[in-house]
Amino acid sequence: MVCDDNSRLLHGYLDGELDLVRNLEIEEHLKACPDCAQLLWSQETLRKAFRSSNLYQRAPSGLAARIRASISQEDSRETQAPLQPTPIFMLAPKRKVWNWLAIAAAILLVALVTWRALPGLEGRNSDLIAQELVASHIRSLQLGHLFDVQSTDQHTVKPWFDGKLDFSPPVRDLTEEGFPLVGGRLDYIDHRAVAALVYQRRQHLINVFVWPADKQTDNSPQSKSSQGYNMVFWERSSMYLCAVSDLSTGELQQFAQLMEK
Amino acid sequence: MPNAMQAVGNAGRFDEIVLPHLDAAYNLARWLVRNKQDAEDIVQEACLRAFRFFGGFQGGDARAWLLKIVRNTSYTFLEKNRPVALAEEFDEQVHVRDVPTFDAETIMVRDVESRMLRESLEELPVNFREVLVLRELEGLSYKEIAEMIGVPIGTVMSSLARGRDRLRESLLRARAKEGTRGL
Repeated sequence: MVCDDNSRLLHGYLDGELDLVRNLEIEEHLKACPDCAQLLWSQETLRKAFRSSNLYQRAPSGLAARIRASISQEDSRETQAPLQPTPIFMLAPKRKVWNWLAIAAAILLVALVTWRALPGLEGRNSDLIAQELVASHIRSLQLGHLFDVQSTDQHTVKPWFDGKLDFSPPVRDLTEEGFPLVGGRLDYIDHRAVAALVYQRRQHLINVFVWPADKQTDNSPQSKSSQGYNMVFWERSSMYLCAVSDLSTGELQQFAQLMEK
Repeated sequence: MPNAMQAVGNAGRFDEIVLPHLDAAYNLARWLVRNKQDAEDIVQEACLRAFRFFGGFQGGDARAWLLKIVRNTSYTFLEKNRPVALAEEFDEQVHVRDVPTFDAETIMVRDVESRMLRESLEELPVNFREVLVLRELEGLSYKEIAEMIGVPIGTVMSSLARGRDRLRESLLRARAKEGTRGL
């Protein structure tokens, strides 16, 4: 046996994660190889150090209370006014000192937002939204939280959004074109509730995010890639639509065209 | 209003099922972003996200589920706020290779102080730091870590092997530096 292979397996051995055969092989090897035995012993020392350390960081005492408070706030907001989510990702360092600056920045941002060139996914804010879209797409796949409503019937999916959003997203079944509708859910993009429609293409899933356009322009679909995912963004009848998927850009554009028909 | 009733029930259930894992959530965030205040903000944000997605939680291991959201939130934070550091940390070329060989194992015998271990762990690249924290501090199995990070189990073992080797090297270097005064 070669020690290079073993040095990796040694950790599986240390962690009790090897199968019986490999375990025995390593034990045999350890008898014959003082270097590996030495290595194992020093890693065991390291593990002991971890066990006796105070490295585990417990949550500060007030954190649970703060989380409960923000959840009950979220809870009452969702039940009383589901259409007004507020921004929460405020991670500014030294926030107390910078609070007033943050307010000024927010005002400036609002001014910028009015001018942003979203249909082309240009500019910083658009980049952030693109990141959010990809993050939401990934999250929807990771958590097994793809649907709030699971149905291939557009007449089930579309009415499901009634009363949950302040707009009615266009829902079309494209089964015959090879993109069956599989469901929909509520999501949050750019600090507001949006509709996410889920379509399937072979083994690939497509999330189509839909939200009202804040500016009227008529642009043809734009493509963009981020973190290995492709996006096609377009606008129609005062709504932004963005399809996100690991499908090729070509197929995603074809999908966008079908949605528009 | 049945909707409101359901939501109140949700908050209660969330409190019961997810919040007991707050320490685990904070520990992971704290080690990933290496800052107390940021870690608190991230855990708070992650819990809110978890609450929004709680309807989609189909039972199972709530700790792993919450940790995954904390991990995603932490990486989003790092990408937004420390993109350069994140990119550098993943760059394998940054390795330092001058590990002292003299009497090294003998030094290792002595108990490793927590402080030194903490510093060495904090200096590790985030991908190694993360598997070590999940394994040594959180006690997750290879399979649980693999599912959380989204890599094969073999990769978890490799990352642990390399992370531990680098941690050991770093400790030896620290020991050697301090060894000049009074070991």
